Amino acid sequence: MDWKGRDVISVRDFSKEDIEFVLNVAERLETELNEKGALDYAKGKILATLFFEPSTRTRLSFESAMHRLGGSVIGFSSAASTSVKKGESLADTIKTVEQYSDVIVIRHPMEGAARLAAEVADIPVINAGDGSNQHPTQTLLDLYTIKRAFGRIDGLTIGLLGDLKYGRTVHSLAEALAFYDVELYLISPELLRMPKHIIEELREKGVRIHETTDLEGTIPELDVLYVTRIQRERFPDEQEYLKVKGSYQVNCAVLKKAKESLRIMHPLPRVDEIHPEVDRTEHALYFRQVFSGVPVRMALLGLTLGVL
Amino acid sequence: MAELKVTAIREGTVIDHIPAGKGLKVIEILRLNRPNGGVLLLASNVHSGKLGRKDIVKIEGKFLSEEEVNKIALIAPTATVNIVRDYKVAEKFKVEVPDEITGILRCANPNCVSNHEYTVSKFYVVSREPLKVRCHYCERTMEEEEILGNL
Ligand SMILES: [Zn+2]
Repeated sequence: MDWKGRDVISVRDFSKEDIEFVLNVAERLETELNEKGALDYAKGKILATLFFEPSTRTRLSFESAMHRLGGSVIGFSSAASTSVKKGESLADTIKTVEQYSDVIVIRHPMEGAARLAAEVADIPVINAGDGSNQHPTQTLLDLYTIKRAFGRIDGLTIGLLGDLKYGRTVHSLAEALAFYDVELYLISPELLRMPKHIIEELREKGVRIHETTDLEGTIPELDVLYVTRIQRERFPDEQEYLKVKGSYQVNCAVLKKAKESLRIMHPLPRVDEIHPEVDRTEHALYFRQVFSGVPVRMALLGLTLGVL
Repeated sequence: MAELKVTAIREGTVIDHIPAGKGLKVIEILRLNRPNGGVLLLASNVHSGKLGRKDIVKIEGKFLSEEEVNKIALIAPTATVNIVRDYKVAEKFKVEVPDEITGILRCANPNCVSNHEYTVSKFYVVSREPLKVRCHYCERTMEEEEILGNL
């Protein structure tokens, strides 16, 4: 696969080989970064970050990745400050910005916006979240984190906990994990179960799946516990939200039953799903997970720019 | 009752083997209910060896575009199209759901970019029986009922 000029829009566009390739390049870059401190593969290249809705963490992660590669960054962090406010089409914004830059990272509140941007632009476009649809770089960094922590993904037993109904992150992570030989525990309140069509798809691909509401009973089985936040804004009805709010909390008491090697992940920000006391334990992998975003995004930027 | 006799047409199209009850929908999506000069005939609940009951639509003086044939395939996958010239069937073929549906279907997701920006809509057929399509842009799947509502 020639990566130069390629767009990164959806996990659906990736094969297992693509994923493995990106993870390997990311690992190589992380090692190089540790040795040299700074790299210059993307020297002279410009990244445009077009954040039509704010997401400070994701934007900083991409910006950090581009700087670490020796490139520079332009962009905006909310649509309010651009001519989009004056009614400019997304296509025109993209066609304009590509005159200033070599690669575009886009975050947009509408589903499919990144795909449209990629069709319009001649330079590579990377999706940093389009509405409730895709956030492929998050999935790649999740996989990278698991691989770095365990040296492998195959053979692991992974629990996905929390909002499995509306959670975009867990949907695409589960789809990507289907490429591997894993066992999945889907732990959620009844109201927030993983959509049926996703479960069917995973089963067809040979993933062993268990659905449960019981965290404490399941935790001894797990190598990885991936925790997600239950997001109020996803609920059509406040009453429904109140019913499931705070259903689960991962704290040291719950973790007494866990394997010593259990690692806990979370896409962050968290509210009260993981007690801060867990931060000091060996189980906490979520800040390391944040760090993983940088080498993974360096790999994607460098590959699509054709400089690696 | 033997073969139902309805006015034969000299030139035009006969859409046969439409699932019973879908004939009106075919007329609607082809916008044949607008005055267009030709005769339009709908036979509904006709006895059929293959389907039990079927609808037939005859349109005088009109030949279908590829896009129109694809639209019919989405709502009446069993339909056959007969092209009539000089009172004779000059050509006959079955409709077929294409792998990609371009331009004729709107996405049911109100937050899909294709409903807000200038795009040509595009869907991939995920399954034919039952019909399921996935939007190229927002990746959401639509099933039969939603598809019919958005043609
Ligand atoms: Zn759509």
